[in-house]
Amino acid sequence: MKLFESVLLLSLIVCAMSVAFTKDLLTSIIIFMSYSLIMCIIWMILQSPDLAITEAAVGAGVTSILFFLTLKKIRAIRKEDGSEQEEG
Amino acid sequence: MSRKRDNYETSRWKKFRSWVDGETDPLEHGMEAHVAVPRKEGMFDSPDHEKAVREELARLYGDSDKTAILRARGIRYFQRFYKIMSVVLCLGIILVLLWTVASLPVTGVASNPDNNEVAARYIERGLQETGAVNIVTGMILDYRAFDTFGESCVLFIGSCCVLVLLRLDGNSKNENIRKMIAESNDRHFEPKNDIILQKCACVLVPIIMIFGIYIVLNGHLSPGGGFSGGAVLGSGLILYLNAFGYEKMGKMFTEKLYRRTTLCALTFYCLAKSYSFFTGANHLESGIPLGTPGAILSSGLILPLNICVGLVVACTMYAFYTLFRKGGM
Repeated sequence: MKLFESVLLLSLIVCAMSVAFTKDLLTSIIIFMSYSLIMCIIWMILQSPDLAITEAAVGAGVTSILFFLTLKKIRAIRKEDGSEQEEG
Repeated sequence: MSRKRDNYETSRWKKFRSWVDGETDPLEHGMEAHVAVPRKEGMFDSPDHEKAVREELARLYGDSDKTAILRARGIRYFQRFYKIMSVVLCLGIILVLLWTVASLPVTGVASNPDNNEVAARYIERGLQETGAVNIVTGMILDYRAFDTFGESCVLFIGSCCVLVLLRLDGNSKNENIRKMIAESNDRHFEPKNDIILQKCACVLVPIIMIFGIYIVLNGHLSPGGGFSGGAVLGSGLILYLNAFGYEKMGKMFTEKLYRRTTLCALTFYCLAKSYSFFTGANHLESGIPLGTPGAILSSGLILPLNICVGLVVACTMYAFYTLFRKGGM
């Protein structure tokens, strides 16, 4: 269990660093989602399932969707042929 | 008594106001302009590049050659200063935060401020006084219910602010707004009857919704509560909207429904909790039965309050999504 916790914490730090250092905005949002998921498991280990549910729903779900939408609005997400990505 | 200032035109307040109102052209004040000169390979910081920047600036400001040199140098110094100051600011914030962390009380010491009689009482008598098996919900919806009320109001105010900023009025006579609506109307980008998405949504949406309702209704028995359940419900609504489009969603969920639900939920929360605080503070009999702990209909006001918070959160999440997406519901 100790090993599992340390692996989770390490990957949390790696995720947090790579969100800041990734050039591509879409990639950094997806890394941010995975950060939220890891945080959710850590909340479970810390025995606060209330926070884990909230983190999974808000952190990994709604926030990322809003980020994707904003990227689409400022036209940062594009398909390769130059037309807009369809899914928000 | 107000005194008329003679030097209003040159005062800093005037400058600040015109800057806030966006009346001042940043180009007039030199430093804010960022000169974009296309860089070629190996051109960086070479005399060629500097010359190109100078020419661009002279074109922008209509300067003579000499002032253009000075201005280019000023902008270069300013950009360097800007970078140094941003690093200094970041380091300062890091220092302050680390200093704060260092002066926090050590974890696990018995004399810490979190080991006070309030926490002990919540744990010892929480079940008896609130009737909620989940002590966390008992705390946030009974002892600290007005905190939660503030949080729901913050969510509501947040969605109102997004509404003010992003809403596009369909009945507006302004030509520009109509054009923006036509532009942002992204229904023709929507996957029309995407069969994979629709089949997945058919399976997933009922499960998500039932799970959300379960979390909300069992907030006082199992982990969860209004906020997390509401977020799950909101995500289910968003998934449904993405799969089936605005037309089907509009039959079920309109702006009127959003307004009424949010208003009713917040008002009910405020009145119910005010009543229970009033009676509780005056040692009156509130007349709200606590029921047997563990039953679904128990713990007094916590269940209806959970439903209120869940409704507000679900509506707000959905409203955020639609306002971001197309500026209306």
